[in-house]
Amino acid sequence: MTTPAKAPFTVPHPYPGKLIVVEGIDGSGKSTQLSLLRKWLESQGYNIFFTEWNSSELVKETTRRGKKTKVLTPLTFSLLHATDFANRLYHQILPPLKAGMIVLADRYMYTAFARDAVRGVSHSWVRRLYSFAVKPDLAFYFRVPIEVSLSRLLEGTRAELKYYEAGMDLGLSTNIVESFKIFQSRVLNEYDKIVDEFGLTVIDATLEIDEQQEQVREIVSKTLASYKPKRGSHAKREALFWRRFTLPESEGAEGEADRH
Amino acid sequence: MQGYGVLTTGWTRSDLMAKTIASAKQGNILDPWSYSLLYATDFADRLEHQIIPALRSGFVVLSDRYIYTAFARNVVRGCDRQWIRDVFGFAIVPDLVCYLRIDVDTLALRVIESKGMTYWESGMDMRMGADLYDSFKKYQGMIIEEFDKMAEEFGFQIVDARRPPEEIQEALRARILPILKEGRTKRIGKAAAEKAAAEKAAEQAVEKGSEKAAEKVTEKTSEPVPVKEKEPAPAG
Repeated sequence: MTTPAKAPFTVPHPYPGKLIVVEGIDGSGKSTQLSLLRKWLESQGYNIFFTEWNSSELVKETTRRGKKTKVLTPLTFSLLHATDFANRLYHQILPPLKAGMIVLADRYMYTAFARDAVRGVSHSWVRRLYSFAVKPDLAFYFRVPIEVSLSRLLEGTRAELKYYEAGMDLGLSTNIVESFKIFQSRVLNEYDKIVDEFGLTVIDATLEIDEQQEQVREIVSKTLASYKPKRGSHAKREALFWRRFTLPESEGAEGEADRH
Repeated sequence: MQGYGVLTTGWTRSDLMAKTIASAKQGNILDPWSYSLLYATDFADRLEHQIIPALRSGFVVLSDRYIYTAFARNVVRGCDRQWIRDVFGFAIVPDLVCYLRIDVDTLALRVIESKGMTYWESGMDMRMGADLYDSFKKYQGMIIEEFDKMAEEFGFQIVDARRPPEEIQEALRARILPILKEGRTKRIGKAAAEKAAAEKAAEQAVEKGSEKAAEKVTEKTSEPVPVKEKEPAPAG
């Protein structure tokens, strides 16, 4: 048999784009921070691609149905999420990275590593399952105590806990709030191990939103220091676009050189 | 007529995934990874909800295709050999794998005579050319080659699928009966055995030769713990 090669997700990817991901338990505020980051980057003139955990057309419906009828086991739960991830990696993440753009991902493979481990799925198996993934240029982990995330979820717009989010499938407690506390505490423990294993960047998610965002922007700026944005559209440079067709060929070639 | 409890199961037949896979194949949204993982999810669903429970109650499980189909199809599509074996690492090792081996020329004739070549059976997703027939031959040729390699790797029992159905059936029975009589768990394939995550059960499956070969395959399995031979078959 072939000797197991090093998983691609342990070495930096070779593409000109940048991949930035956020991780954290439900109610950690990671999605809020990511959407603020996205707006800020766009205001800086960057083209942003955004992708979200469990959102591919391919399996979204199946996962929804499986969750509703509660037929998902830890194994099929894990495999369905890996399928979703694979599909988005191939169609949504890799093309912009190869084209030199910035991709923001709300949750990445670390979510699977944490949740599946809590559901009793083998650590090493899940890592091998995701071995085709690319390593993010930057991975934030929004660390928050259970009580804080719970109060955010219950007082927030949703105001209720979901079955799988509370780990009800594990039969930890018949009370959904109790179950959430036990399940998410275990997820937190797993995340702590993952932070060390993969070198995630920890943000204290109990801070005010703007304080966190400030830290996030500072770190992102460093990651983007060496980054050269590429544009597919010249919509903001009409003049240049026009000149390419009006100047004689010799001058046109100069114009081409100017832009580099 | 031998009095065994039997459960049959087949590729893509899970409640959870059957519809998803069918609709995914209609669009062009399948990449090599999710292609593999969709089938792995289907397989996991059937393994946990059908195969293992049946084995536990002492049934013989006949499986039309098993993990080896995924191995062949994915390796041919450029997936890493080790990765696809890792993905299916949770599978249990069959007591017997019958490989109905056929050559690609006979296969092509047989498929044309029955329902005709289809997009996926011809590997058109691999874009090896615009011609359905040429693509079929190339694709199935690669699949057969991969199956032949696995026959050694995993110790398949090879049955010549070019013979008439009755003879094939006879050959299958000759291989199956001794294993049923043994009545004990038996693992096949050393390499695979190391990986089998679930040690408890042993199960069994039949792989069809290339993607298309003869349909008649059947197989049996035995049970982890003491197997009662020939118990009357409850309706399965």
